[in-house]
Amino acid sequence: MPTGEEWAVSVIDTRVPKRENAFRRWLHGFAGYRKYPALTLMFIPVVVYFFIFKYIPMGGIVIAFKNYKISQGIFGSAWVGLDNFTKAFNTPTFARSVRNTLTISGLKLLFGFPAPIILALMLNEVTHARFKKSVQTISYLPHFLSWVVLAGMFQQLLSPNNGAVNAILRDVFGVKESIYFLGNNKYFRGTLIVTDIWKNVGWSSILYLATIAGIDPTLYEAATVDGATRWQCTRYITIPSLVSTIVIMLILSVGSIMDAGFDQVFNLYNSAVYQTGDIIDTYVYRYGLGDMKYSLATAVGLFKNVIAFVLVVGTNLITRKISGEGIW
Amino acid sequence: MIQKRFTVGKALIYLILTMLCATIVVAFWHLLNLSLSPSHIATKGGLLLYPKELTWDNYARVVGNRYIWMGYKNTLIRTVIGTVLQLFFTAMGAYVLSKRFFPHRTFWTFFIIFTMFFSGGLIPNYLLVKDLGLLNTYSSMILPGLISAYNMVIIRNYFQSLPEEIEESCLIDGAGRFRIFLQFVLPLSKPILATVALWLVVGHWNSWFDVLIYISDDTKFTLQIVLRRIILTGSKEILDTSAAANAAEIESVVSSEGLKAACIFVTTFPILCAYPFVQKFFVKGIMIGSLKG
Repeated sequence: MPTGEEWAVSVIDTRVPKRENAFRRWLHGFAGYRKYPALTLMFIPVVVYFFIFKYIPMGGIVIAFKNYKISQGIFGSAWVGLDNFTKAFNTPTFARSVRNTLTISGLKLLFGFPAPIILALMLNEVTHARFKKSVQTISYLPHFLSWVVLAGMFQQLLSPNNGAVNAILRDVFGVKESIYFLGNNKYFRGTLIVTDIWKNVGWSSILYLATIAGIDPTLYEAATVDGATRWQCTRYITIPSLVSTIVIMLILSVGSIMDAGFDQVFNLYNSAVYQTGDIIDTYVYRYGLGDMKYSLATAVGLFKNVIAFVLVVGTNLITRKISGEGIW
Repeated sequence: MIQKRFTVGKALIYLILTMLCATIVVAFWHLLNLSLSPSHIATKGGLLLYPKELTWDNYARVVGNRYIWMGYKNTLIRTVIGTVLQLFFTAMGAYVLSKRFFPHRTFWTFFIIFTMFFSGGLIPNYLLVKDLGLLNTYSSMILPGLISAYNMVIIRNYFQSLPEEIEESCLIDGAGRFRIFLQFVLPLSKPILATVALWLVVGHWNSWFDVLIYISDDTKFTLQIVLRRIILTGSKEILDTSAAANAAEIESVVSSEGLKAACIFVTTFPILCAYPFVQKFFVKGIMIGSLKG
């Protein structure tokens, strides 16, 4: 089977020998643009878009190695080598932001990752169809709201003065002192983890539910005939069937460990909890756009993006090995 | 296959699931009651399971505020224009890349997919938008995210499943590729386009960061940013502008808590209304997204 490209080439120039080197083939490909002018025209805006809005900013990374000044522009600013990196690496707030990013991501992985799996397993045990549907509809809802809206909600609910959560803790559980969920370093990360699970657990369970729905029902029938209990069915049929999905999702989550959730942290944090809540992304925002230290912030952003890139590509390769197909 | 007996374990599962849903329902219900409560109840705090005293004053203040309306207008503008343009250009790119004979297809696919994994980062993107002179324009909310590589791959996979033979017969009948794309491919791909369009609509409705960094002209603020300002800077400062005359009198009925809650509901109202009806399309969409090609 010739590939599309080879086919196109052979149609255009029948004298082209079957075996030719890659470069020649690549060169001959250009004839295809004239052969398919409409497709080429349609593709031009797409290429222009990606070039301007994706590749030019990648070129803009050079300011990480310069002392960028608005008046001098990207080209006019002086080269400073790795100064911005050494400067960033030597500030304690940078080390703190890396630490916080990894800690928050790690905790989200530890608690947030199993949550939707458990939810899917529990939903699978629900035989009452209406109840199951209602649980799904309700638990998917927070996924559709932005962190701006949810931050507004949580600020109200978690307020130490008159928030509902503190009122419940006081009246029902007898907690004497109000807890500053969003203002105390002791509680901030916990609040991030719990609110993150609250927002995403329902939605993330869909993939696992779909995998469970794809399990051959005769397996359960055979097991039940042999006297297996519900729990044994779950333990020996459902969970093993989920393993490959779980492994892939886990690997992908590890790939995005540099993202601790900018939207969430940025809308929930305040200067009182920078100690535990300031992540790399919020650090870049504050230093870059807040203090206009463009070069320093770009350097930190590059540091993060390179690590994230290596992780994502690496985890994708592993996933590809395991499942035979990558995420793309 | 399914045991009909109601065991302790099952009861526990029902209980846990009910509690999970309760935290979500009660949170919204409490806020709704808060938004309908007069100041002396709202500031006292605690969980409101029913409105002890009903007042529409909070909503009157929010709805009577020009920033909220401007926010609605701007959000609608960006959502409608943004979704249409994004969908069109993403589908167009996807169509071209779905053609196996398109020259250098592998290279172009890599050219686009690479942007999913590596980006210039916040500052270079900001400087680009600034240097293009797009600060404080609607374009800054639409252009930087015009085409999503991820959506393009998903739509491309769908296009590839369409029969090429019919297109070829259209070509013989004299239709150009662009016309085939508009009149044949797009209508045949309604399911996937509808799914992606829904993602885009929610994305636009909820996006706030681009407005935060690119827009400083408050007549172009979207709803999310208006809400963010109200929540962060305190509602009084922003909402008082319209009713400064009788502020003292209103002070006694409205509270910052009630106003914020009312703002949250006014902002999310369209999503809450549409959600029950479109939810199943999103669930379908997540399955399409997980089928990789």
